[in-house]
Amino acid sequence: MNVEALPLEATGPAGRDRRRAGVWLWRALSVALVCGIWEVAGRIPVSIAFPGFAETMAGLASMAADGSLAKAYLSTLQPLVIGVVISAALGVAIGVVMGLSRTFEWFGASVFVVMQAAPMAALIPLITFLYGIGLTAKVLAVCMLAMPVIVLNSYKAVRNVNASLLQMCRSFQGTRLQETVKIVLPDASPVIFVGLRLGVAAGFIGVVLAELLITPTGIGDLITYHRAVANYAEMYASILSIVVFSAVTVGALESAEVALFRPEKKAR
Amino acid sequence: MRVFGYRLPMMLSLLFWAAVWEAVGRAGLVFLIPPFTDVLAAVAELAHSRKFLAAAKVTLSAFAEGMGISVLVGVPLGFLMGRIDAVDRLLGMWVNIFVSAPLTALVPVIMILFGLGQTTIVMTVVLFAVWIIALDTRAGIRQVSPSLIDMARSFGAGRGQLYLKILIWAALPEILAGIRIGFIRGVKGVVIGQLLVSIVGFGELFELYSRNFLMEEFWALTILLFAFAVTASELIGMVERRVEYYAGSRG
Amino acid sequence: MMGAETRERPPATSAAPSADIVEVRGIAKTYEGGVQALQGVDLGFPEGQLTTLLGPSGCGKTTLLKIIAGLLPPNAGDVLVRGRKVTGPGPERAFVFQDFALMPWATVLRNVAFGLELRGMPGKRRHEVARRYIAEMGLSGFEDRYPHELSGGMRQRVGLARALAVDADVLLMDEPFSAVDEQTRRKFQEDLLHLLQIEKKTVIFVTHSIEEAVYVSDRVVLLSPRPGRVARIIRTDLATAGAPDEIRRDKVYLDTVEEIWQLLKQYLT
Repeated sequence: MNVEALPLEATGPAGRDRRRAGVWLWRALSVALVCGIWEVAGRIPVSIAFPGFAETMAGLASMAADGSLAKAYLSTLQPLVIGVVISAALGVAIGVVMGLSRTFEWFGASVFVVMQAAPMAALIPLITFLYGIGLTAKVLAVCMLAMPVIVLNSYKAVRNVNASLLQMCRSFQGTRLQETVKIVLPDASPVIFVGLRLGVAAGFIGVVLAELLITPTGIGDLITYHRAVANYAEMYASILSIVVFSAVTVGALESAEVALFRPEKKAR
Repeated sequence: MRVFGYRLPMMLSLLFWAAVWEAVGRAGLVFLIPPFTDVLAAVAELAHSRKFLAAAKVTLSAFAEGMGISVLVGVPLGFLMGRIDAVDRLLGMWVNIFVSAPLTALVPVIMILFGLGQTTIVMTVVLFAVWIIALDTRAGIRQVSPSLIDMARSFGAGRGQLYLKILIWAALPEILAGIRIGFIRGVKGVVIGQLLVSIVGFGELFELYSRNFLMEEFWALTILLFAFAVTASELIGMVERRVEYYAGSRG
Repeated sequence: MMGAETRERPPATSAAPSADIVEVRGIAKTYEGGVQALQGVDLGFPEGQLTTLLGPSGCGKTTLLKIIAGLLPPNAGDVLVRGRKVTGPGPERAFVFQDFALMPWATVLRNVAFGLELRGMPGKRRHEVARRYIAEMGLSGFEDRYPHELSGGMRQRVGLARALAVDADVLLMDEPFSAVDEQTRRKFQEDLLHLLQIEKKTVIFVTHSIEEAVYVSDRVVLLSPRPGRVARIIRTDLATAGAPDEIRRDKVYLDTVEEIWQLLKQYLT
């Protein structure tokens, strides 16, 4: 008997490598193009407050060298990591329970839908009244922004589990617990992970907002300070660093998910 | 959820939480949370106050302008990315990065480039909304059945006709979904922009209320804002649903 | 009604007629929204035989199968297995799904062993059992592959192996060959007959293909649509021992197919 080949586009390992190299080539080209345009715009100059690419890189280098960048990240990562971990644990738990139980769904769905759609950022200044300007306040800011999307994704993932697989489990007399652990969670996990990545991205927004609105620490402090003293290159460099860091983190999470949990995708 | 055999619609649970809010407020547990009924009274008052209406006008106009630009830029961009591979390969990476990047961090840049006024707010809205509109438009174009395109070409459709008579309609459900999410992000954008600039529109009002501990007004403003965000998104959702009827049987 | 030639299928178990291993009495099912899928269905399924439920779309054949499997509760009526009422799935019945229902995140081996896993059979033993049935289905060597690496036909073999591994007495098959291409389908039908000569199971089979029904079955139950009711029961007297590939040109086979077609044609709008 024949094993049908992988999707038509795949032409074996050599073809796969060729395609991967092509993608990275285009990406490199794209980055080079953008950096080029940036540099030109900086030299025109578009505005006195618009440093070019080279200048920004120099600013980045200097901040890395004098340790201010590292110090800032150390400070920013604290509330971010704590907030994301709490949001992930609580969020997935709440979402899964909402997916499994109609009662919990009724109580929770509308609240989280509103939280997801509404600009939660408006509430961040409020946090200071209750929790001051310390770590707790910033962790809360991260949680406020990250939890709704994590909850809703987990909830939808569980609600939309493949009905055929559920019936299959029932046909072999699986208990509700077996069904939840062996079918629901594995089938829902891709979407749950999407929610987690979106939550991490939202967490970054939360911590930056907190640092710009509540009290400057970490990266927010770098941005605010350098803006105040008109070190625009350093300011842009700080902003660039956090955007890149966010993109890299989310991308790394996706790779980790595939490596750890998606053996079926690895085979490709 | 069923009570006595009657199915309760999900949004009804908001009433339940409003009741909880009322109870917490009356008990005075947290000074930041006044009774819900007081907040509702403030909503009624606010809706008439001149200050609010002026701020609303500023905010809404910035929002509308920003959303307009986002749609006018985002949809064609998504079109091009969906139809032309080179554009997709060059720009796709950036659109994807910006869709999930902490755009808040970029607002200070906009602030120093465009000043502390309306323009910055509009640009912030665009920054927040345009990427998802482009991305969803691209997805809509990409999933258009090749048979549909071949059919149009076989009857002699030129590029313009293909775009206007086939592609935009075939991709419309996804485009609308993108605009709906863009709306939500745009609202977040206008709020964040105003919070950071803090001397215009609602940002100013929020600052005023929180500084003076006018909690009823603060929550009233919050509720109005949240209600606007949810309503706007629901309206687009309704349009989306009207278009959805053919989504399932495309191609 | 049937052709005069009587080439009896050799009885699967002991004496004929076989006792009914599964019985349904007075089954009725109405879906939410008022659609009545089944009304007053009484049927017996003899042990060791393959009975097909055949009919046009909307006649409730899959609904009836799922009710027998215990996956759907009927609004009225009972399902009896060996004379005892059952209300849910049980170890004596195993289901084969139309869309295979394989766990995409699990290997072939784990998928086949899944029914045993749910029963708590220890890993080594259930993997042994699973390997045996994987080999029987001709999938040796694919134990560590994932469903997405297999063709449709192979995926259904996995589903079949899984159903066989739990050693149920009754196999319930819901249009099992409809999601594969025509050639694979024909091969499957032949393979099924071979298989049933080795594994003496009772099979309740659902299909909308008349040829398939007549080819594999001992009895064909025709269901009329909206609401589903038993219209006719037809015995297919075909010799199957040793020559599955000759059946399709057999006169009795062709006559039976034609007869059923004439009966079903009236239900097509």
